[in-house]
Amino acid sequence: MATAEEVAKAAERRDVRDRWLLSAPALLVILLAATGPLLIVLVYSFLTPGAYGDVKWQFSSDAWTSVFLERDIFDDTLSLAAAHVTIFWRSIKLAIVTTLATLALGFPTAYFMATRSEKTRDLWLFLITIPFWTNLLIRTFAVLQIIRNEGIINTILLKLGIISAPIQILYTDTAILIGMAYVYLPLMVLPIYASMEKLDFRLVEAGYDLYATRFKVLRKIIFPLVKPGVIAGSILVFIPALGAYVTPSVLGGGKNMMLSNLIELQFGQGRNWPLGSALSITVMIIVMVALLAYVRNAGKSGVRHG
Amino acid sequence: MNWKTTATAMGLALLASTGLARAEGVLNIYNWGNYTSPDVIKKFEDKYNIKVTITDYDSNDTALAKVRQGGTGFDIAVPSQTYVPIWIKEGLVLETDPGKMENFKNVAPEWANPDFDPGRKYSVPWALGTVGVVVNTDTYKGPADSWGIIFNTPDELKGKVNVVPEMNDVIFAAIKYVGGQQCTDDKAVLKKVRDTLVAAKPNWIAMEYNTIEKMGAGDFKATSDWNGSALRQRLANPAIHYNYPKEGYGLWSDNVVVLKEAKNVDNAKLFQNFIMDPENAAGLSAFHRYANAITGSDKYMPADMKDAPEVVIPADAKPKGEFQKMCAPEIQDIYTKIWTELQK
Repeated sequence: MATAEEVAKAAERRDVRDRWLLSAPALLVILLAATGPLLIVLVYSFLTPGAYGDVKWQFSSDAWTSVFLERDIFDDTLSLAAAHVTIFWRSIKLAIVTTLATLALGFPTAYFMATRSEKTRDLWLFLITIPFWTNLLIRTFAVLQIIRNEGIINTILLKLGIISAPIQILYTDTAILIGMAYVYLPLMVLPIYASMEKLDFRLVEAGYDLYATRFKVLRKIIFPLVKPGVIAGSILVFIPALGAYVTPSVLGGGKNMMLSNLIELQFGQGRNWPLGSALSITVMIIVMVALLAYVRNAGKSGVRHG
Repeated sequence: MNWKTTATAMGLALLASTGLARAEGVLNIYNWGNYTSPDVIKKFEDKYNIKVTITDYDSNDTALAKVRQGGTGFDIAVPSQTYVPIWIKEGLVLETDPGKMENFKNVAPEWANPDFDPGRKYSVPWALGTVGVVVNTDTYKGPADSWGIIFNTPDELKGKVNVVPEMNDVIFAAIKYVGGQQCTDDKAVLKKVRDTLVAAKPNWIAMEYNTIEKMGAGDFKATSDWNGSALRQRLANPAIHYNYPKEGYGLWSDNVVVLKEAKNVDNAKLFQNFIMDPENAAGLSAFHRYANAITGSDKYMPADMKDAPEVVIPADAKPKGEFQKMCAPEIQDIYTKIWTELQK
């Protein structure tokens, strides 16, 4: 005999089943669309390069070996793939510096926005989203127009007589950083602002009442409470910055390869699709490891949101 | 806009679309970007009542990879001479036998039977060019007919040189500079090539394609470049000169082929024949600014191209030109390694 409890349980089971069935089509599509292409990349990384691009269906682990080791072209000795390591490190460094730069600029911006009156906040939010209306390439070219030798900054400084020759900003690491910080700033501001908006500023007042210094209030009250926003923002900036392609090549002059250029080379002029595939997967593994480490660390010392 | 005008507009649009549908047919061209003269296409469309669509690509490798996957819907592609043999070998192109077409008589004799397509069984010449050195003579007045501008940069140009990042072109130039032969497997030469490139790089400011704009704006004072691009730069600034390096420079040509999977083969053949007509060939040149291989086209050429040093190779530089070839995959592999080393 079915007790009321059993009936309730059965209903719950049915409910769970229905939910799964209803979401199954969407899940299936996501599963296929997300893992399908990745599986192809994985399989390709274990094949032999075709003579003129494409792959030969012949197993080989050469691609993976050459991600990490290189055979010297001239004396045939095996050694650590120094060129790849340099390029990987350059991209990782750029992603880290970009994240820090956007954080340094984005945190005060978000604080400023959150402390405005309710009405004007929407206006500020709106202003932050404006850059998203145009294409990334166009925004990058706008930066180029500002910093190039005949650009706005140099022209003004020259006219004012502050400098006698244009300052070479374009094609330097500074140029890349300026461009990256500008392009990725909104991705940092928005999540921090979302956290900051929910912040109860009475807690800040209470801190001051208890004779906390401004710095102490920032460190002990504001920062711990908006930490989820900072984490989300850092992740949103770090990942695309690692694969950045347009900004470094337009502003950096393309002399030094980024990870994305190295991968593109294998699918283009280098005609080594398996190596390109293996490099792509390596990047994904780096991102995954970095994320896990970051989230785990951030979670450990974090104050629980109430 | 009120309903009446909307309805009229829709009606007109419908009429226009059925008008297109009634055209003799269509032709889908797959070509490099900013390379196809709209005027010549218009003339072709009007003459044969064919609707032409053009899709752009940015490199030989992209085009090859895409066409090899199949199902592109393109009828025509325009690969460089280094790639034509691959397209033929991979069975991607149709043997349309342009050598027997009516306008073939116009093709200059030296282009009628090239190594990459003996007897012109598949391809029709689209454009010809060279790869050389461009220098802004306001900045550097010395002799510039050498790859030394790029690989052993004079002091005035240090930090102002750009290199177009076309791997095969750059390594070809470096091999010529150190006195080797293209596609060489001589390790000593290749080592010299790598060392030359790595040592030269600190004097370069960038490795970019966007030379027309950057040379014009003064961001670059010298660059390796294609001749048509150099011509556009000189027209914008007369101080910019194109030079044919004395160590040897690369010659290239792009060629129109019909794809095996083409659905509009007859229209594609009409197009191959059409562009071998002198007036049409000159029209194409007037747009892309490269020379063509059609005799008799010079009298239709724009005035600023007729005697342009970028287009008409001077007699003393002529023997230094060499057709660039596709190297064997193992050599290409070494090229890629040198290139990675250079750009790391």
